[in-house]
Amino acid sequence: MVDSQAPILIVGAGQAGVQIAETLRQEGYTGDLLLIGNEVHPPYQRPPLSKKWLLEPGALSALSLRGADALVRRRIELKLDTEVTAIDRAASRLRFANGEQLAYSKLALATGALARALALPGASLGQVLSLRSIADSGAISAALRRCATEGRPVVVIGGGFIGLEVAASARKLGAAVTVLEGLPRLMSRVTAPIVSEAFERVHRAHGVELVFNAQVTQLRGSAGCVESVCTADGREYAAGCVVVGIGVVPDDRLAAAAGLACDRGILVDECARTSDPSIAAAGDCTARRLADGRLLRLESVQNAVEQAKSAAVALLGRERPFRAAPWFWSDQYDIKLQMVGLSHGYDQVVTRGDVQKPAFSAFYFQAGRLIAVDSLSRVQDHMQSKRLLDHGLSPTPEQAADPLFDLQSLLREAKPATADGA
Amino acid sequence: MPQVTYIEPGGATRTLTLAAGTSVMRGAVDAGVDGIEAQCGGNCACATCHCYVQDPWLDKLPPPSDDETLMLTNVAAERRPNSRLSCQLIVEPGLDGLSVRFPDRQS
Repeated sequence: MVDSQAPILIVGAGQAGVQIAETLRQEGYTGDLLLIGNEVHPPYQRPPLSKKWLLEPGALSALSLRGADALVRRRIELKLDTEVTAIDRAASRLRFANGEQLAYSKLALATGALARALALPGASLGQVLSLRSIADSGAISAALRRCATEGRPVVVIGGGFIGLEVAASARKLGAAVTVLEGLPRLMSRVTAPIVSEAFERVHRAHGVELVFNAQVTQLRGSAGCVESVCTADGREYAAGCVVVGIGVVPDDRLAAAAGLACDRGILVDECARTSDPSIAAAGDCTARRLADGRLLRLESVQNAVEQAKSAAVALLGRERPFRAAPWFWSDQYDIKLQMVGLSHGYDQVVTRGDVQKPAFSAFYFQAGRLIAVDSLSRVQDHMQSKRLLDHGLSPTPEQAADPLFDLQSLLREAKPATADGA
Repeated sequence: MPQVTYIEPGGATRTLTLAAGTSVMRGAVDAGVDGIEAQCGGNCACATCHCYVQDPWLDKLPPPSDDETLMLTNVAAERRPNSRLSCQLIVEPGLDGLSVRFPDRQS
């Protein structure tokens, strides 16, 4: 039973949730709109939590996604510190932990992701930390400072984005850092070896100890606090704190319990529609079915924002497919890493720029067509590649590798085409 | 405290009083000015806070950094001589009266 006068409810007050609300207003929705978050804080940005915020936790307002005035102006009501316990699809209602219920006309899920937990003995010891929220970031920042002061090492488990950003921050704060990575190189799931190697050199030059093929077996401690990390080869790494950065798990618990189609994430199409026509979903909690049938799980601001726009439009009964090339960024030391496209399945990589410095881009090709570009402090390459990919254009590998070839010229020749949904 | 006037894509104007040291982007985001996305939150990484600086303010602003200039090469809306990224524009007393216009698309 759908009450068409009931509000649109949005579960999750992060980047995607806020964007769904804003887009609904921009697209002319005038009914009531309620944004429900399970944290006490008003909507905030997460990317700085593993970057600047670790170095200088500051005023919460600096992280704010939209000010209170912005929400009032758009008549977006916030309900914070609220745990949704169930979606009753038959009655079109949400149930809350305090027993309350609310009817919805349409529902959007933007429940985000959870930090993947380490399932090993000792993982619940004190000072074993993971990063997802402001509170987590504050705890890690304090732990890194304490380790620096007491001269105790920080052990990071996982050589992906979060782990490496934390490692870089720990070094800036003066703590000794060891990164334990289970695979043979850094960020191996998303980058080519030449990019991993560049980051290896930079982290080592900043004094980070990198250990590859490290199979962590247990964490040891005393008085409830972690003191070391043991690996399968018999080594034991002393630790004043341990930061676990081994990825995230899409939070599809509510959706799955309500019988929505899920597959390690809430299944959505390119228009952010779930298997229930009254429910859309966006952001880290989703797994997107692409036109060619593949499932895509992305954890990024752009994915949250663009899927959210699609989700809002879908709730209003229209279609806005999200097909723009995915992009992502990471800050480590002075390197601005910007990635665009999906490199998975590449068969050729060429570089442009100075690999040793490092200030270069890796261009990934599949059967001669550009599919992705990772840029290390090469902002122009990134911006141009983003446009090329959005327009379905490709330089040849030779052109990409030739620093004198003007990538922009390909765009000029292709004008006036515009990317749909970009 | 300096005042900044924002012109939204639809032409409506909003004038806000901002503390010195605040970015033009932050002022807009906090107040809910239309026409800005600011996806990266002010890191000069996304170019979705693109604005057109209105006369006569362009020359009174510190020039763009190399990164900003490069990001501006591929903004979603038309790049004009007065294009800047609003996350890189920091309000100070000498900029009292600054006016910027947001384009009709940011991504």
